[in-house]
Amino acid sequence: MEVLVRIKRFNPEKDEAPYWAEYKVQAQPSDRVLDLLNHIKWNIDGTLSYRRSCAHGICGSDAVVINGVNRLACRELVKNVGSRIEIEPIRGLPVIKDLIVDMEPFFAGYKAIHPFLIADDPPADGKERRQSPAERARFDDTTKCILCAACTTSCPIFWTNDVYVGPAAIVNAHRFIFDSRDRGASIRLDVLNSQAGVWR
Amino acid sequence: MATPNPGTGIRYAGRPRPTQSNFELYSWLFMRVSGVVLWILVLGHLLIMHVLNSVRDIDYAFVENRWANPLWRIWDWTMLILALIHGLNGVRLMSDDYLRKRKHRVIATILIYVAAFAFILIGSITILMFRSPTGM
Repeated sequence: MEVLVRIKRFNPEKDEAPYWAEYKVQAQPSDRVLDLLNHIKWNIDGTLSYRRSCAHGICGSDAVVINGVNRLACRELVKNVGSRIEIEPIRGLPVIKDLIVDMEPFFAGYKAIHPFLIADDPPADGKERRQSPAERARFDDTTKCILCAACTTSCPIFWTNDVYVGPAAIVNAHRFIFDSRDRGASIRLDVLNSQAGVWR
Repeated sequence: MATPNPGTGIRYAGRPRPTQSNFELYSWLFMRVSGVVLWILVLGHLLIMHVLNSVRDIDYAFVENRWANPLWRIWDWTMLILALIHGLNGVRLMSDDYLRKRKHRVIATILIYVAAFAFILIGSITILMFRSPTGM
C-alpha cells in the first residue's frame, strides 16, 4: 500500500519556522511507523532526524505525535494509523531538529522526585533488604515506565507550566513510595504535595 | 526505622524546595466539595427563581419576602461565598499554569485576592445586613 507520510520538520540552522514535508512511501500494513521513518531516512532524505535505539518499545527514544496522538513509532503499525500519517515531535519540549526534542525539562521533573532507592538504615540481617513477592507486586506496574515522555508531553499543563513535575514523575514517585525497602516517602510526598506536584 | 532527615543533601532539580504546606491539597479538596455543594445550591436557586416563579413576578417585594426567612439568606450567602472562592481559585490555578513570568503571576494573584475580598464583603453586607423597610 502507498502511504503519505507528513513530517513536521525543523532545522534551526536553516529554517525560520517548522514546516510539513511530505513523502510517499510503499509500506506493508504490518510495518511500523518507525519502519517508514527509517525508509525515508535511508532511501529518500538522509537529513531527516529522529531518535531510535532499541526499536522494540523498551528504550523510550522514539515517542512522537502520530496523527495527533502521542505514540512510540516502534510500536504503532501502519494498519492501525491508515494511509495518511502525520508525525510531529512531542509537544512542550524545545525542538532540537525535526523529531528530536530536548528532554532535559522532562528529566528535571523526574529528578525532582528523587528516583533512586533511599535506605540509609542498615538491612535487618546486616546483609540484604529482603522483599516478599507481595511487597514487590505492590509497585510492579510503575516499574514499567520507560521514560519516553509520551504521557507527560500530552499534558497541556506541562506545555505551559515549567515547574509541574508531570505524570511520568508521579508514576516514578509511586514506584519508590510503595517500595517496602524505601525510606524516602516523606521527601517524595513533599514534592508531590507542592504547587508543582499532583494538585494541578 | 528512622526516615532520613528531609533537610540534608536533597536537591530538587532547580525547583523551589517544597514548603511542607498542605495549601494545594486543601485547595484541591475545596474545589471538589464546593463543586458538589454548588451543584445543589445553584440548581435550587434556578428552580425557584426561573422555573417555579416567573421572572415577571420577581421584584423587590419577592426578594424581601424571601429573605425574611433566614434559610434563604444562608442559602444565598453560602452560594455567593462558595461560587466566588471556587471561581477565583480556578483563576488562580490557571494564572499559575499559564502566566510564565513571576511578576505577572504576582500581579494576578494580588488582583484575585483583592477581588475575592471586595466581592465577599459587598455581597455579605447586602445579604446579611438587609433590613426590610416594611418590617417583614
